[in-house]
Amino acid sequence: MTAVLQAEGVVAGYGEVEILHGVSLVLNEGEIVSVIGPNGAGKSTLLKAVFGLLSVRSGRVQLLERDVTNLSPDRIVQSGMSYVPQVDNVFPSLTINENLEMGAFVRRDGLRERLERVYGLFPDLTDRRGERAGTLSGGERQMLALARALMLDPKVLLLDEPSASLSPIMVDSIFEKIGEINRSGTAILLVEQNAKEALSFSSRAYVLAMGENRIEGKAAALLDNEEVGKLYLGA
Amino acid sequence: MKLPALLTADGLRPRVKWGRLLTPLTFLLVTLGIVILPYARTAGASSLLDIPSTLVGVPAGDDLVSTMSFLTFFGTFVAIYAILTLGLNVQWGYTGILNFGVLAFFLVGANVAAIIAKPPASGEFVEYVGGFGDALNIIPALDSSQWFPFLVGLVGAAAACGVLAFFLSIPALRLREDYLAITTIGIAELLRRITIEERWLVNGTRGLPGIPRPLSGWVEPDEYKFVIFGIVVVVLILVFIAVERGIRSPWGRVLRALREDELTTAASGKNVFAFKSQGFVLGAMIMGVGGAMYGYANSSISPDTFTHFFATFIFWAMLMVGGSGNNKGAILGAFVVWGLWNITLQLQGYDLPTAVGSRIFFIRDFVLGALIVIVLLLRPQGLMPEERRVSIWVERHARRLRGPPPSTGRADVPSD
Amino acid sequence: MAAVEATYERLLDQFRGLGDVVIGTIVWVAALSFAAWAIVAETDGPVALAWAAMFALVLGAGGLMFRYADTLRRRGDDLIVSGLWANILVFGAWAVLTRTDVFAVGVVTGSVLALGAIGLTLIYGILKFAHFAHGDSMMLAAYIAFFALTGTLVGEREDTQPLPWSLSDLPGATDRIPYPDQLGGGDFSFGYGLLIAMVLSAVAMALVFFLLDRFVYRPLRRRGSGIVIFAIASLGIAIAMRSLMLMFWASSRRLYVPGIRPTTDLPFDVRIVTDQIFIFFTAIVLAALVYVLLFRTKLGKAMRAVSDNPDLAEVSGINPEQIIRWMWLIAGALVAVAGVMLALQAQLKPELGFVLLLPLFAATILGGIGSPQGAFVGAMIVGISQEVFAGVGPDIGLSSGYKFSVAFVILILILLVRPRGLFGAKT
Repeated sequence: MTAVLQAEGVVAGYGEVEILHGVSLVLNEGEIVSVIGPNGAGKSTLLKAVFGLLSVRSGRVQLLERDVTNLSPDRIVQSGMSYVPQVDNVFPSLTINENLEMGAFVRRDGLRERLERVYGLFPDLTDRRGERAGTLSGGERQMLALARALMLDPKVLLLDEPSASLSPIMVDSIFEKIGEINRSGTAILLVEQNAKEALSFSSRAYVLAMGENRIEGKAAALLDNEEVGKLYLGA
Repeated sequence: MKLPALLTADGLRPRVKWGRLLTPLTFLLVTLGIVILPYARTAGASSLLDIPSTLVGVPAGDDLVSTMSFLTFFGTFVAIYAILTLGLNVQWGYTGILNFGVLAFFLVGANVAAIIAKPPASGEFVEYVGGFGDALNIIPALDSSQWFPFLVGLVGAAAACGVLAFFLSIPALRLREDYLAITTIGIAELLRRITIEERWLVNGTRGLPGIPRPLSGWVEPDEYKFVIFGIVVVVLILVFIAVERGIRSPWGRVLRALREDELTTAASGKNVFAFKSQGFVLGAMIMGVGGAMYGYANSSISPDTFTHFFATFIFWAMLMVGGSGNNKGAILGAFVVWGLWNITLQLQGYDLPTAVGSRIFFIRDFVLGALIVIVLLLRPQGLMPEERRVSIWVERHARRLRGPPPSTGRADVPSD
Repeated sequence: MAAVEATYERLLDQFRGLGDVVIGTIVWVAALSFAAWAIVAETDGPVALAWAAMFALVLGAGGLMFRYADTLRRRGDDLIVSGLWANILVFGAWAVLTRTDVFAVGVVTGSVLALGAIGLTLIYGILKFAHFAHGDSMMLAAYIAFFALTGTLVGEREDTQPLPWSLSDLPGATDRIPYPDQLGGGDFSFGYGLLIAMVLSAVAMALVFFLLDRFVYRPLRRRGSGIVIFAIASLGIAIAMRSLMLMFWASSRRLYVPGIRPTTDLPFDVRIVTDQIFIFFTAIVLAALVYVLLFRTKLGKAMRAVSDNPDLAEVSGINPEQIIRWMWLIAGALVAVAGVMLALQAQLKPELGFVLLLPLFAATILGGIGSPQGAFVGAMIVGISQEVFAGVGPDIGLSSGYKFSVAFVILILILLVRPRGLFGAKT
């Protein structure tokens, strides 16, 4: 299995506070890997550090053999990785179509093909392409956010709690969509609070706590793991 | 792009830790400038290079007198502008209201005080309402014509501004801060227009000369400047004490909490609007007092005096430079900015290369504008940062327990 | 004082549920009453009938409101907007028909304001702060063009020409550009020299704005400053710009082309200075260009994206700082065109910059921040209202000196009735 994304000993934080004290993980081609853990474990921080939104103080991030540690987000997007934030993940005053166009901003060519492909993956968005994103419901926005991230056909997709604040039905739709995206060739690194749902869709998972790796392994195994349960209920 | 060391991505970076030196240094420089320049001039210096020679030796009596005279005028107006800046500090530094229309209250205060204190309008070329000056001589035994009309004028000015601010606050304070700023400019401009167009109100463009001056009958004309200086300083001190007390009172604490976090304060049940309105009104009343004193000190006012630059933005410069959220800072700011203003005036009396000399006033205005920007970039807290004072009770208690509490200068940019 | 405030709050609460509807009704009643009055006043009809009609309308509207309260509650905003347009149309129709001469002047004023408002709405919409230096920037641009054209500065005491050559030395640069005779009149007052000067000024102002962003606004952005700090900073810059103009060109008024300017006769007995046709069309073209930029080009969409959410823009691969730089460059060019047209229509005078701020902001907010078509329409409304007032005011005892306060009144009204303006998007 070729690794598409590798993080080694990543140390990062906000200002004077260090959140991640040396976290490592590997994402292989075609996989869905979850990062779970209790609140404050540093899961979202890890995604931001990998994507260049936070400065990595020590450690390394490699994307497809390239060292992308601390590259600016626009360069990382050009290198084939996309990121979907947890909140505020669409442009409310832009139309659905314009939101998608922004996803392909760094490339000048092939916009129409890209749009066709993405609308193919998200047929519900096609009907409303001229409407402003601000009028969409929570679930629809999440779909749009995902769609935007896929405009450049990334090799790696980082998702920050995609099911947060969604109704249970929408949660299922989102995860189904994530599965579809994965099957069409994108490796996905998924941060989730909803451990059960995440683990049932992923092949492997990492458990983070207090900014450090705690457990890792096959998702199915972790579902039954006692320690994981303990970590979540507080230890 | 390679940048020299002083310039970084964050703009200008000060090379030296000016920090604690800045305030006393600025104060010293301005004081030196404001004392030496006029003195040297009267002592005969005609170019800047002559100055050192004039400072040697025993000062001549006349030169001293003339310099003292100048300094007294200077001090009087510093005190007046300090009052206005204190009012602005209450509105912006403590209540967080962006008032770009200080001119409105300055103008109203000055005009109301003037029409109260002046005798009735006489002649066909002088029209204004009011003119209660003579009628207010109600205690002739105590020579009340010398002080009563002026007190009434002060009270009237404060009241008029307070009422104006109250009615404005009803619609205006609900607006977002930048809309409010634009609205205040509009209000100021409208009031200015009214004083010009409605000739019957305050004599239109001719203005109100001949404002009688408090206590002027009690001293020789030569001595009067010291009297008015004293009066203004007393008023300033009273205003200062009132604001300092107010800000440490429970009311003041809510006001400051509001400025920091409106949402939380509202959630704890405080009527946000009422507090903001009160802060706005109080600030306006103080500005009215400042305006009144301006009229008394200057003895005449006219619409030309009240330009947006001179009646609003100069106070913003004073507050930004001195330190918003800090009452002493407001006074210091008034001193520094008015000092710089006068220093340029003084410089004009010297031989300067004409390219500079003919433009000295515009250079001064440019420096004022640039100063606002530079302060925001390099030292947004001003010369005297906002003090972290909680309450008088806490301070007294703390002092009893372990000595005087430290006053931490917080590098704070209000309402950021 | 507290008691009065409490009562006021209670009154407001009563209306809060139907807030929009009440406002909308008031707006509609205003439109209809004005229409009734206009019909009566201008055709000498019976006044009593007009009053009766108005009362009937108010009662009817009140009754309908009561009956359809529920539906109206949902459509309250539509009621307001339609009412606003009704007012605009009625007022516009009345002004065109009965005060055609001042209406034409108003259109010209509106064009000048539109040029400024378009740039202002761009900056306000993308960077979300009130650019108080806009008026003075326009004036500074006008002076730079003036210098390019005539090479005149103020030296120690009087005008000098420090450069050996200026644009007016080009052959035929000051020859008046001809205007087709069939369309009724004289030529433009300026030659192609002014147009080249305008382009040079655009380049200069783009550079000025670029530098100001780099050294003032960007450091403040990185510090996370609020809109208030930016407003104060732009104020300082406005003061500095005005002093520069005074320093180099003194406070005397100047013109690009001294002397009488050729006029053109339009239908309905309206005579205007030919230049004003040019100004009007420039305003339309610029509004269209900025609209196309914001809504049809990749850069414009990226600008709107950055305005919505700079962090998400960054995540999508857009470099927000680069987009902002482009915005300032474009704004600089817009300001130059606006300033030159302003000076062409009125004059070059340093103080004019600040005076313009109030009408510019009124136009921008009325039209809806971020909307170039809104800026155009808003500016037209402000301009026409101002001039009509100046023409009509003395008849009702208000001096024409109040005409700048008309912009203020419009501003207050729109902030009370519909703060997002005519074309503004719902936040």
